[in-house]
Amino acid sequence: MSRKKDKPRKTAEEIAALSRRDFLKGAGVAVSGGLLAGDAVGVAAPEMAGQVLGPGPVPFKLHINGKAYKVNLEPRVTLLDALRNHLDLTGAKKVCDRGTCGSCTVLLDDKPVYACGVLAIEAAGHRITTIEGLSHGDHLHPVMEAFVEHDAQQCGFCTPGFVMSCKAFLDRHPNPTPEEIEKGLGGNLCRCGTYVGVRQAVMDAAKAMKGGRSHA
Amino acid sequence: MPKCKYDWPEAGERRLIGKRISRIDGPVKSSGRAKYSYDVNLPGMLCAKMLGCPYAHAKIVSIDTSEAEKLPGVKVVRVIQGPGTEIQWEGDEVVAVAAVTEEIAEDALSKIKVEYEQLPHLVHEEVLTEVGDRGKPAAEIKSGDPDAAFKDKNSVISEGTYGASVIAHCCLEAHGGVYDWPDENTLVTWHSTQNVSGVPGQLAEALGIPAGNVRTICNYMGGGFGSKFGPDRWGMVGAQLAKEAGRPVKLMLPRDAELKLAGGRPSHFAKIRVVAKRDGTVTGWESDSWSTGGPGGGGMPPIPYVLEVPNRVMRHTSVATNIGPTRAWRAPNHPQACLLTMAALDDSAAKLNMDALEFFYKNAGLAGERGEIYRQELRIAADLAGWKNFWHPRGDKTPGPIKRGLGMSMHTWGGRGHNSNCTVTIQPDGSVEVALGSQDLGTGTRTVIALSAAETFGLPIEAITVRIGDSKDPASGASGGSTTVGGVSSSTRRGSVDALEAFLAKLAPSFGVEASALEAANGYVRVKADPSQRLTWKQACAKLGVTPIQASGKNPGPCNLISSGVGGVQIADVSVDTETGLVKINKFVAVQDCGLILDMKTAESQCYGAIIMGITYSLFEEKIMDRVTGRMLNPNMEFYKLAGIGDIGEIIVHMMTGPGYDERGVIGLGEPPVISPGAAISNAVANAIGVRVPTIPITPQKVLAALQKGGKA
Repeated sequence: MSRKKDKPRKTAEEIAALSRRDFLKGAGVAVSGGLLAGDAVGVAAPEMAGQVLGPGPVPFKLHINGKAYKVNLEPRVTLLDALRNHLDLTGAKKVCDRGTCGSCTVLLDDKPVYACGVLAIEAAGHRITTIEGLSHGDHLHPVMEAFVEHDAQQCGFCTPGFVMSCKAFLDRHPNPTPEEIEKGLGGNLCRCGTYVGVRQAVMDAAKAMKGGRSHA
Repeated sequence: MPKCKYDWPEAGERRLIGKRISRIDGPVKSSGRAKYSYDVNLPGMLCAKMLGCPYAHAKIVSIDTSEAEKLPGVKVVRVIQGPGTEIQWEGDEVVAVAAVTEEIAEDALSKIKVEYEQLPHLVHEEVLTEVGDRGKPAAEIKSGDPDAAFKDKNSVISEGTYGASVIAHCCLEAHGGVYDWPDENTLVTWHSTQNVSGVPGQLAEALGIPAGNVRTICNYMGGGFGSKFGPDRWGMVGAQLAKEAGRPVKLMLPRDAELKLAGGRPSHFAKIRVVAKRDGTVTGWESDSWSTGGPGGGGMPPIPYVLEVPNRVMRHTSVATNIGPTRAWRAPNHPQACLLTMAALDDSAAKLNMDALEFFYKNAGLAGERGEIYRQELRIAADLAGWKNFWHPRGDKTPGPIKRGLGMSMHTWGGRGHNSNCTVTIQPDGSVEVALGSQDLGTGTRTVIALSAAETFGLPIEAITVRIGDSKDPASGASGGSTTVGGVSSSTRRGSVDALEAFLAKLAPSFGVEASALEAANGYVRVKADPSQRLTWKQACAKLGVTPIQASGKNPGPCNLISSGVGGVQIADVSVDTETGLVKINKFVAVQDCGLILDMKTAESQCYGAIIMGITYSLFEEKIMDRVTGRMLNPNMEFYKLAGIGDIGEIIVHMMTGPGYDERGVIGLGEPPVISPGAAISNAVANAIGVRVPTIPITPQKVLAALQKGGKA
């Protein structure tokens, strides 16, 4: 049994109040803001092309929600684990961890992917959008608003992934039929059974998104 | 007679109660900002993993962790169950590792060497004659004169074998949490739980520290369904690893462990005989049931369910298996008992050539005082399902491979309210907070707390801040058995009424009237007799100066705010492809009573959700066990299947409200609607294809087997 103590002590209150910034500082992640769409994206990938990488940590950049993050991760780390464990972007949930349930859905260059099925290093050079990038302060995305209105969520653990899938689905099917919804959103599973609300929310969000409002 | 002062407002006076209110934590959840236990990241936090036993039944001979300990990045290796321990199911935890990353923790597990002595296992119990000495007679109950009932020459006997396999809980947020020791004697846990106030005491006792030194925080939790009441072994291990490492530790079960270890609904099987008079009156019941909930065996299901058949005998065998541990699963034992009973009765109706609706209607009197409610619900459900148009005698005779059928079922549940304490605070700045150590499993607990307070204070729901999910707040019960809404709404109501009373007493002098002449309504405090004499809520609060008003609320307490005992009727409309065996849900109707409904929107959601969960366990869910190795073959979500958005058909929910229902007070709704789907769908399939598929889940393979067997008969 090994025993190594190296933690600075904090009170329970301080711990309960810890912010994402504190965590990132501890994790050694550098963030640069203000990235424009397309700006600098694609830089990291060509550099690495053809190289044998790993198994140790490899430095690369991830472009998430308009910000560039410098990370240093083993090539086997999934995009989901990079987001959740290293960048404290915990909106994408880890549920099945093998590309079945959709709870970790994020957008890679606007295409929905299961973040548990993509290596973080594969995502370098792509524009990554997570649920955190879809709302701004109190301003929710129409899909989120519709989920609230139609109670398309209970425990809420599948919800961020579902919202991402719905957003990507509606971008491609602005006038969805019920059949298209059942097929297009079949890749997201819910245990509480919120599908009735989701079906209504998608139809409603489709209308709202055609109302000329621009969204991420 | 004076109204009891805490009573819910009368029908005409309700502003929010019974309306369609959006859940107050909807925005934070849909935007991904809600922080679940799994999402808590602390500086310096380690990741823990546990190594499970690969055998269903084995004795640990030796453990060598030396290679794992040498791995860079590994901080603690801890043996959970040492040599000599007998393991009773696959995956049972043997060694835990805490390391700086998840990947290193995984690597460390692969370097641990454990030697086992394999022991004989049993992981299949559906055929009772094959369980050997693992089956033990457990109970026999007799009532009336079943022998005479079955001998009656003018009665008709039907018989069959029915059952439901062991299923898992499959919470989307796995079990576990984050554990941290700010000092040697103080533990903070972000444990995913249905029991925020109850976890600290259980952990403290096991860890040997004062209960007051353990704090559990669970602001959002991703599903429990009865499987998250205790700290569990992982909670203990997480706390121990964190203490040993001197750093916070996150220990969440991976999906395979979640499915193998963190829950399990016991199976129930039964060979059942039913005897009924030719007019459809059920007179006798005989059942030989058996079940397993793992090594401890399984108890007798509450059969015959809902309908108290006058002459009955029930014998039960408990079967000890190595399928895994058992836990309360949403409406414990009711879905299984409901399936066994309603399927057997439906077969009796078919044997009598009776319309099932007429048959159940006739026998509803056996449900005692709730008989009339069931009859009302049967009528409504039949109308909504188009029973008259679509029901037919057993076996859809229309040409083609797709056969359609309808089936129904009835269920019941208790309710009442758990013990709950809360603090209601009115601040001089106008804000109102209700704080209690409760939790919201996704049922809408936060929302009904806010609603109960807002209704009392005459404020909009947004004006109320609800603080739950922290064991530092007043203790409130575990969320189980549909007891939460009753508990928290009545403690909140009582606390709010008392806080308002104290508030009005303080304001009375400035209005120059007695406190009893004042009321809070529509965002104002005003004189009842002259509403033009008023202050806005904020102005009124400003008169408090610097001292807030605070009151405690409790449940149980005075006045009848809650009650118990509900009935529900459900009808399934299915299509079965007799060539592939696939069952498709066309339509599902649920008619449910639950007393006074606080929030219609979240109440309906409970029904929709329960029905979808019910469709899932009826058609897809099963722990598929390998006879040879004793292992679970589907510990993942591609083969432990949940229904998707395209699998559920059209769902219609009808809530019973109004006179006869509202005045009963609040009754929980978590369990009732999840009970009937198995029976309703099984009956609908039998109606469609003309033969009974005996057990759930009704897989294509079982449908084809039943058709083949039925064809030969």
